[in-house]
Amino acid sequence: MDAHNEHAHEGVNYDGIVGPAVALGFAVFIFAISFGVLCVNAGGSVPKAMAMSLLVFTGASQFSAVSVIAAGGTAASAVVGALLLGSRNAIYGVAVAPWLPGSVKYRVAAAQFTIDETTGMTLVQNSPERKRRAFWVTAASIYGFWNVGTLIGALVGNSFDTQKYGLDVAFPAAFVAMVAPLLATRKAQLAGIGGAVVCLATTPFLPIGAPIVISAVVALIALVPAQRKSRHS
Amino acid sequence: MSWTVVLVLASGAFALKVFGFVIIGDRKFPPQVEAVIALIPAALLCALIMKDTFTAGHDLQIDARAVGLVVAVFGVWRKVPIWLVIVLACVATGITRAIS
Repeated sequence: MDAHNEHAHEGVNYDGIVGPAVALGFAVFIFAISFGVLCVNAGGSVPKAMAMSLLVFTGASQFSAVSVIAAGGTAASAVVGALLLGSRNAIYGVAVAPWLPGSVKYRVAAAQFTIDETTGMTLVQNSPERKRRAFWVTAASIYGFWNVGTLIGALVGNSFDTQKYGLDVAFPAAFVAMVAPLLATRKAQLAGIGGAVVCLATTPFLPIGAPIVISAVVALIALVPAQRKSRHS
Repeated sequence: MSWTVVLVLASGAFALKVFGFVIIGDRKFPPQVEAVIALIPAALLCALIMKDTFTAGHDLQIDARAVGLVVAVFGVWRKVPIWLVIVLACVATGITRAIS
């Protein structure tokens, strides 16, 4: 999700940090409620749903794992697919680490909160102090909304017949909302189409869940034009 | 969903975060590795959309879920708030099931 810092501010303050952080938190809140409902309906429980949101704390990966389990996929394919999806957090860590110096303990703690929203909010700020504040304010907002939302969804989740109300479609609807901002470049669009084709083409032959893992191979197309262009860089 | 899945996923997700933030840190990933990792979400999320809409076990099928997907894509394209996108998609599929 993107966040914009429209105004340059003199000195250090929270202007333009708290507002967007809360707005992002609210968007995440809706995903979190859906996640709680879907998690308990996929054979999870309130404690398991909460452990996911408190400990895993990376939304797309959590949705992915629950989606694969709900479809009857193996635990291995659920975990591998979710971790492939979470690998981008390693890239985000490299991007935000220079702005969050400190002891090893401090950096390990900060790493847990390094996700799409905190990274986006940190990188758009215009001073080191604002970057550090934006990271932690956004982390607090997202972590709070994400876990409260998960709890609400998990508590009410068992009272829904997911098929009857079409709640199973909350999975693809959430994924559409998550992927849309990523499809800005030609290569990302090709990766998306490729992933979709690979998934459908391999579904009849591979164990349930495996097509999701295999579809990640499409990301290797990043190397094709990049090798020609990156001569100068 | 077993506790093993929850805990392995939690450890793995945390390990990836710490790997980038603390272990790699200043050194940076090779640009090719970074480019590939950056494309993984687009490929995987689109694969998940296909699985959750057009498959049932090993079978490919078009059913009421497709209606919900069309509504979701239209809603996201028209910049409808996320909560409303999810609700409208579910309602569209629910109604389609009820009348078919």
